[in-house]
Amino acid sequence: MAVIHDVIPAFELFQPTTVDDALALQSRHGAKAWVLAGGLDSFDWFKDRIKRPEVVIDLSQIKELRGIRAVGDGLEIGAMTTLTEVVRHPMVREKYSILPNAAEAAASPQIRNQGTIGGNVSQDARCWYYRGGWPCYRAGGNICYADTPTGLNREHAILDADRCVAVNPSDTAPALIALDAKMVIRTPKGERVVNAEDYFIGPAIDITRMTILQPGDLLTTIRIPSTWAGSQFYFEKARDRSVWDFALVNVAAAVVTSGNAIERIRLVVNGVAAHPVRLTAVEAAVQGKPRNAETAELAGQLAVRGAQPLQYNGYKVPLMRNLVKRAIRGVGAEEAA
Amino acid sequence: MGKVPDEWTYGDLEAGFKNAALVLDETFVTPNTSHQTLEPRTALAYWQNGKVYVHTGTQSTAQTVPAIARWLGIDPSNVVFISEYTGGGFGSKITGDITLVIPALLSKKTNAPVMMRISREEEHFIGRGRPSLLGRMKVGFSKEGRITALDMFVICDNGPYDMVGDAFSSGRIVSVLYQPQAMRWRSVTVLTNTPPRSAQSSPGGMQGIAIMEPVLAKAARKLGVDQVALRRLNAPAGKAPFGPLVGGKQAYATSAFIKEALDRGAEQFKWNERKLHTGKRNGSKVRGVGVSMSTYSGGTTGFDGLFVIKPDGKIYIQSGVGNLGTESWTDVHRVVAELLGVPWEKCEIAWGNTGKNLPWTCPSGGSQTTHAMTRAAHAVAMDARKKLQEIAAKDLGGKPEDYDIAGERVFRKGGGAGMSLARAAQRAVQLGGVYDGHELPKDINKFTVVSATALSGQGLLAVARDNYAHDGNTFSFVATFAEVEVDVETGQYHILDFLAYADVGTVLHPKALGGQILGRSILGIGHALGQKWVYDQQYGLPVAKRFHHTKPPTILDIPDKMAWAAVELPDPETPIGARGIGEPPVGGGCAAILNALSDALGDEIFRRAPVTSDVILASLEAGRPSQHPLRSNI
Repeated sequence: MAVIHDVIPAFELFQPTTVDDALALQSRHGAKAWVLAGGLDSFDWFKDRIKRPEVVIDLSQIKELRGIRAVGDGLEIGAMTTLTEVVRHPMVREKYSILPNAAEAAASPQIRNQGTIGGNVSQDARCWYYRGGWPCYRAGGNICYADTPTGLNREHAILDADRCVAVNPSDTAPALIALDAKMVIRTPKGERVVNAEDYFIGPAIDITRMTILQPGDLLTTIRIPSTWAGSQFYFEKARDRSVWDFALVNVAAAVVTSGNAIERIRLVVNGVAAHPVRLTAVEAAVQGKPRNAETAELAGQLAVRGAQPLQYNGYKVPLMRNLVKRAIRGVGAEEAA
Repeated sequence: MGKVPDEWTYGDLEAGFKNAALVLDETFVTPNTSHQTLEPRTALAYWQNGKVYVHTGTQSTAQTVPAIARWLGIDPSNVVFISEYTGGGFGSKITGDITLVIPALLSKKTNAPVMMRISREEEHFIGRGRPSLLGRMKVGFSKEGRITALDMFVICDNGPYDMVGDAFSSGRIVSVLYQPQAMRWRSVTVLTNTPPRSAQSSPGGMQGIAIMEPVLAKAARKLGVDQVALRRLNAPAGKAPFGPLVGGKQAYATSAFIKEALDRGAEQFKWNERKLHTGKRNGSKVRGVGVSMSTYSGGTTGFDGLFVIKPDGKIYIQSGVGNLGTESWTDVHRVVAELLGVPWEKCEIAWGNTGKNLPWTCPSGGSQTTHAMTRAAHAVAMDARKKLQEIAAKDLGGKPEDYDIAGERVFRKGGGAGMSLARAAQRAVQLGGVYDGHELPKDINKFTVVSATALSGQGLLAVARDNYAHDGNTFSFVATFAEVEVDVETGQYHILDFLAYADVGTVLHPKALGGQILGRSILGIGHALGQKWVYDQQYGLPVAKRFHHTKPPTILDIPDKMAWAAVELPDPETPIGARGIGEPPVGGGCAAILNALSDALGDEIFRRAPVTSDVILASLEAGRPSQHPLRSNI
């Protein structure tokens, strides 16, 4: 039989049915194990034969990781819930519409049917050098191919770069941070709950990871508190194609107003750094100010302070500025400019 | 600058510029684009009884045989080529190529079937791409907008292998499409250490038009002339001359009805109403409308037709046309059914496998099939008519010309004796000779002789070469209209409406024609919107290797509304009047979008295609074109 080289290298497959079993498998196989959710990130790596794990732990059979439940006055979303399920769920749509809006902006209908919310927030960087198997910093090497005088970096970072200039590609991540979601993580030592905004890490902390998940850890649940339920939301994703494309920049905002003044706000952008960026300085600056064009202008200018574009991504500075402006102006902002 | 390697001129260029009311001197860079065929060029080969059998998908069926034979150094009669369905070619799979020959040679060596599988990633190494042209256009216009002089200079980024013809065809296409009163064309095709290139739909034409159209759009604005009127003034009509002087004369088109396409298209698109409402900001949105003209070669001549009317009364048509999704592999043969008065349901077509005895056929490339093979179909149908009339006269008396053919019968004109085609087929076998293919015409191709010989004795065998007169070069045309809406805060834009009005002569199959016009328009739109071809300049490796990197347009990127129409004026130089259409909409689609964008945003936004949101946003921010004037593919 001919040896065919364009298929996924062989691995031992485990399909646990409980979280406990999955964790046990993870600790038994350690660094050799690869945790598989929807497969949209994993299969790219496998088919390119860049990642060749010996053991794959497929989470698709674990029922407790799926579904959306009302808990207290908030929601719990299992990490293996598909993006399509998030988009369609009536409770999510009713009170936290920013999340289905963001989930629906991700990828394409087929990918959303298969892709999970846990996978969407935990996916690896999409830098085409890194994903192409180039031995860059993030891959354990000692160069960033995107950050050179000839590097092709139109899609790369303008903020918080540290050797690596890749960006976080997730659409749901900024929405979850705007909602002040909590990430529930099972570790070998027990359960740990972290704020969504602390779930993501930049290259300065660990250049090989996008999240705080360590080998052996498992994201099980995303909790959405009622803090921002029913507030005014804004989500927008700028991209090259209308579907099946990662964000050039996206923005997510949750705003509560009192009269016309901004009483409280959470404002997040993604696609500009290796992690979603919560714009706390902008939040502070606009608090108490009227939600109008003038405040929007101030917010936009402030948001991009300190941005450091590379050779081909200078446009991301005005793009991020304008998206932040629109988020402050609110829904219908395009018409109101 | 030293001597330019390739150059031609006609007319008095200097006087043309001197007399011009406006002279523009502009540069533009068109994109490299890979072919992005959904089916990778995987091929399977095996040898049996001294013959090589090759399975893959190419654009052409009959014409792939000599290509394989040439590469393998064997006689074409020892090649059997099987290609029933082809998942896209766009010029990258016209006939046989190295990817077919490697498994054929390895199979010979190993004496076993060999399949060479090509992955999506490998398509980006060997699938080739359209070469970028860097163009400089110095154009003189009269105050009405007529082009008095055109000095065109293009540099072609050829890649490392054999020379592509894009620079050459760009000059001829621009010449025939805009009819400059005087023109000089110069080009340099540069070997570069970049991935290999090959023809892609409208090779050179698409680039020449994309370079030229923004100059016309700018000129119309500067002169205060309507965009459609300016194009109409320069558009070709009738036997329009083009290209270099050869023996003191220019070549000329067979016909051109693009003025009619512009007129009818402008009316259908409500151009005069729409143009009043563009360029004004509405919130962050601004709209623009664009019109473009486009053309490309639309047909060749001199190929063969072959079919058998069998005693079951059916017509068995042999089709050597490749099935690359255009439907021409069946459509061209409707001519036979019509001329013999036989329902289409009673025509059986053999195709996709040269072991099935196919006739010598044109390559399916350069939009030539519709024209070339309707001519061959007409010739062979006339051969059958003649034979039917002769058989009827032999059996029923009178002269052959006393007989007519319709309703599956040959019968005496004005009523009287006749016989069914089934009966005539039976008689042809009994008569033998020319009637059942035991005697063949001398002028048909050797390839057809082999096939016709194999089919002889089964019924009435009709075989003929297209020897019809043909005065001029065949071109098809399209006038394209588009309206876009740009968001100036994000640089994103959307195509609201789109119309492609084609001049293709007689329409054979409206649905298939519409598919070609709109499908190829979308290919062109992709060149404007953002289809990407990205290689690291230091290491020479592709970084854009997946569809979400190369970004062909998705179903949500195509225009909200999309329509097509055809002027339906037959070409006078071909018996059916039909010309091909694959190529022209590519340049038309790209240029209409570019012109709509400059209508919305002004002339100082872009100097290259594709025009992506980063280009728009950065240029609006800077107040001038922000990208490097000669750099593309980032």
